[in-house]
Amino acid sequence: MSARRDPRIVTWTAALVAAVLILVNLGALGAVAWRAEGSAGWSAADWAALRFTLWQAFLSAVFSVALAVPVARALVRRRFPGRQALIVLMGAPFILPVLVAVTGLLAVFGRNGVMNDALALLGLPRLSIYGLHGVVLAHVFFNLPLSVRLLLQGWARVPSEHLRLSSALGFGGWARFRHVEAPMLARILPGALAIVFLICLTSFAVALTLGGGPRATTLELAIYQAFRFDFDLGRAALLAAVQAGIGLAALQLLARVTPPETAVTGLDRAAPPPPGGWATALGATAITLAALFLMAPLALVVARGLPQLPGLPAVVWRAALRSILVAAASTLLLALFAAALTAASLRHRWAEGIGSSALVASSMVIGTGLFLIVNPVIAPETLALPVTALVNAAMALPFALRALIPAARRAEVDFARLSLSLGLNARAHWRLVLWPRLRKPVGFALGLGAALSMGDLGVIVLFAQTGSETLPMQMHRLMGAYRSGDSSGAALLLLALSLGAFVLLERLIGGRDADT
Amino acid sequence: MLTLENTTITLGEFQLSADLSIPKGARVAVMGPSGAGKSTLINAVAGFVPLAQGAIRWDGERLDTLPPAERPLSILFQDHNLLPHLTVFDNVALGLDPNLRLDAAQNARVTQALAETGLEGLERRKPAQLSGGQISRAGLARVLLRARPMILLDEPFAALGPALKRQMLDLVARIATETGATLLMITHDPEDARHLCDLTLVVAEGVAHPPAPTQALLDNPPPALRAYLG
Amino acid sequence: MKNPTLAAGLLAITPLAAFADVPQLHVLTYDSFVAEWGPGPQVEAAFEATCNCDLVFEAAGDGAAMLSRLMLEGERTDTDVVLGLDTNLTAQAASMVMPHGVSADLDLPIAWDDANFLPFDWGWFAFVYDTTRVETPPASFRELIDSDLSVVIQDPRSSTPGLGLLMWVKAAYGDEAAAIWQGLAPRILTVTPGWSEAYGLFLEGEADMVLSYTTSPAYHIIAEEDETKAAAAFEEGNYLQVEVAGILANTDQPELAQHFMQFMVSDAFQSIIPETNWMYPAVMPEGGLPEGFATLAQPESLLLPAEDAQEIRDEVLAEGRDALAQ
Repeated sequence: MSARRDPRIVTWTAALVAAVLILVNLGALGAVAWRAEGSAGWSAADWAALRFTLWQAFLSAVFSVALAVPVARALVRRRFPGRQALIVLMGAPFILPVLVAVTGLLAVFGRNGVMNDALALLGLPRLSIYGLHGVVLAHVFFNLPLSVRLLLQGWARVPSEHLRLSSALGFGGWARFRHVEAPMLARILPGALAIVFLICLTSFAVALTLGGGPRATTLELAIYQAFRFDFDLGRAALLAAVQAGIGLAALQLLARVTPPETAVTGLDRAAPPPPGGWATALGATAITLAALFLMAPLALVVARGLPQLPGLPAVVWRAALRSILVAAASTLLLALFAAALTAASLRHRWAEGIGSSALVASSMVIGTGLFLIVNPVIAPETLALPVTALVNAAMALPFALRALIPAARRAEVDFARLSLSLGLNARAHWRLVLWPRLRKPVGFALGLGAALSMGDLGVIVLFAQTGSETLPMQMHRLMGAYRSGDSSGAALLLLALSLGAFVLLERLIGGRDADT
Repeated sequence: MLTLENTTITLGEFQLSADLSIPKGARVAVMGPSGAGKSTLINAVAGFVPLAQGAIRWDGERLDTLPPAERPLSILFQDHNLLPHLTVFDNVALGLDPNLRLDAAQNARVTQALAETGLEGLERRKPAQLSGGQISRAGLARVLLRARPMILLDEPFAALGPALKRQMLDLVARIATETGATLLMITHDPEDARHLCDLTLVVAEGVAHPPAPTQALLDNPPPALRAYLG
Repeated sequence: MKNPTLAAGLLAITPLAAFADVPQLHVLTYDSFVAEWGPGPQVEAAFEATCNCDLVFEAAGDGAAMLSRLMLEGERTDTDVVLGLDTNLTAQAASMVMPHGVSADLDLPIAWDDANFLPFDWGWFAFVYDTTRVETPPASFRELIDSDLSVVIQDPRSSTPGLGLLMWVKAAYGDEAAAIWQGLAPRILTVTPGWSEAYGLFLEGEADMVLSYTTSPAYHIIAEEDETKAAAAFEEGNYLQVEVAGILANTDQPELAQHFMQFMVSDAFQSIIPETNWMYPAVMPEGGLPEGFATLAQPESLLLPAEDAQEIRDEVLAEGRDALAQ
């Protein structure tokens, strides 16, 4: 097929972006390893950490995705008032800062949480959230919404013609599932599982806090220990390399089990109404349960924060402004990265791999590595905010590419020949063919990026200096100064800003009905 | 005149060779068993399949070195002829200006093409709001508007019912007559070939044979075609 | 604020020092010290009023983070004074600092004769509880083990109090420490990465007790007029945390740094500490302690020498981990 030639600027930008990402994700690890001195041994405790890391990530992935299937299926086929708002709100836990989320979860599932109070009222024993099940519960809380989103995208790609066909053939729920939905799930599920697995692989604060102690040690905590406690850079690099190796293996496995995308596009017609009967009741139950599980902790964060909001100290508002600026810069970078690599991915296989590399990197290693890289040149703390924006963009990029690249490939498979035969140049092709097919995933990706950046408490901690505190940092500081009231106010502010940024960008860019 | 000079197309194991020419203004049915390479042949002419050797010429000028849009032809694919997010008007207007920056005269020409293909009043609709026949008409309106010397049809009407398909083919014939275009269309239906095409080109067993008069060919088919027609 | 916006951050290629016409003193400390409600802002104002200099605080998360930041920066560091290490970390940092040369009349429960590090405040680690929920608090580790109370502690690898607890058990029980840890294991609800998460869990009512300081109730008494929080004094004694500062050996402002150390043990600095850092001042201010401090528990003191703490660190860490990992 005679290919369209990309304008040179696209190629060069993609190459530049790739170089930056390699520096952030690989160069940082290299810098740490290079500075390493001392023995890098692998102890029995490390084996235990490895086992626990894999096991909790595996369980979290399986439960998140398995529970997402009935929820997504019910959501895609039902129209009810408030459906849009529900889908947006249900996405909130994923973009929630870890600290806020844990507070909310404890308010529901903790010893004095509403669930245990209810159990006590019924005369049942109180349940403890602490242990492996608590870790998995929290990870499901974070990743169920993401899994639902990924699956909704999968369902959206089932051509409505196929659904019409199955209605026409009088398929019952099971037959429809087997012939129409199962093949789609076979394509989507491995990816969703792998993503959740990778996210949980680097879990640290959640795993430790809810895991009940040292038996819940993950590799990321061991890396943290190597840096902060032993100052053993060699050990940190070794552990990080193992963690990255597992991540890469998971990605490889994913590539092998995912069947190739086949070309089926419908005409953007609305799907036919779903069959009624007991399926309706089941679907409604799935939606209700998921909404309760995801929203109750959020509601309690709101309820606790609201009275504190007016009395928040001025430094919190200044930190909020700083966080908005960082999120804005990070989103711009993300847009640039995502556009360049999506364009490159249509020609080159490497683009997606490099863009996704942050998924397997440890944020602790990235932060420390960048610190070591810039340290000889410039005082690292002067770069606190720019580096935070950069790393946030790199961290959100894998999710952005997950949404963008399949959509771009699909648009290319379907319409590249038409566009070539009509003589659309690169600009017109992007404007008239790709952009309209991509704006929904772009809105989703950038909204996600902005929200994640808003709540991130990662590298900033290493670089920060007085006067560059972001809102999550300031919130942590309030907690560290006995001010739990103010910190719950700050938590609500953070929740509002993260969710607000997400909704704003998704609507602004993705258009009104941008739910999938 | 369209000439395929000693052309060979190689796609993995598959090979197709052709050494033939088609007179200007002819209407040619492309027939042959499934998988024989009818689509491959059409797509090679359109510029989506590269030649392993040989050359394609139009009026003596090399064609196979040109990008698809610069070849003197319009093509309709089996599907995806319309962009789902653009209106019917814009989809047709793409045929005049790929950047959709039309002046008043161009606007008028689009409107006229839509009228000639029976799409008045549907300009603002998106493809999802059209029937199968209307979608085909919109594709044809663009072919009409582009008025290129060749029209290639890669079974764009395969999904339509017999009556509707016949209507569309009549519309194609009218457009071809109006613009004086040479027509190359893949078909499975001998009746379509008889009805519309003076010449028929058989693709079978890795060879695209030179076109022969349809009537004679169908009355006395060569073995490959006979097996296919049953 | 030196860097109010991102734009300023991007443009700040040139170190700010280039524009200053007075000498700058860079003090690296922990995060909560520089918070608006921490000692930092008042200390900065008070010192700048006397020194004709610009006092710049740099903050890292906690003591361990400060130490690793110094090691990462190496020779390149701007830091002149490091403020906020405790005795569990000083041995590791000893090679980086020089003698402070300040003599002060310290009010510590123990004798202090470290020439490199000078204390600025101190406190006892203790289990804090809510008097409305726990009527008779345990008076020793053994009583805690025999109770049905739940406690939340911090991970020693990521938190100073967490490491302090390991040292506490070791200092009190020596070779029996492992047995104590095994006894404690069922009482421990969970282990958090840092002090704030643990204290948050306690305030939410998740646990009966939290590892914190004997001075923690003072915050609730003074700032919230809430007298329901108390700290348990243990018969074995409670482990001391002595927070110290030191002058970096490669400082380019040795006199100014020494001036700061002198200031640190003066009344102007020390009187700020109790109600901002919620610890005991290293030198008793002229005005004495705020009223809320009067009712606080006053246990016996335990403290391992800095060198010993450094030496046994890996051993006690393994002890605690093995007991809790079962």
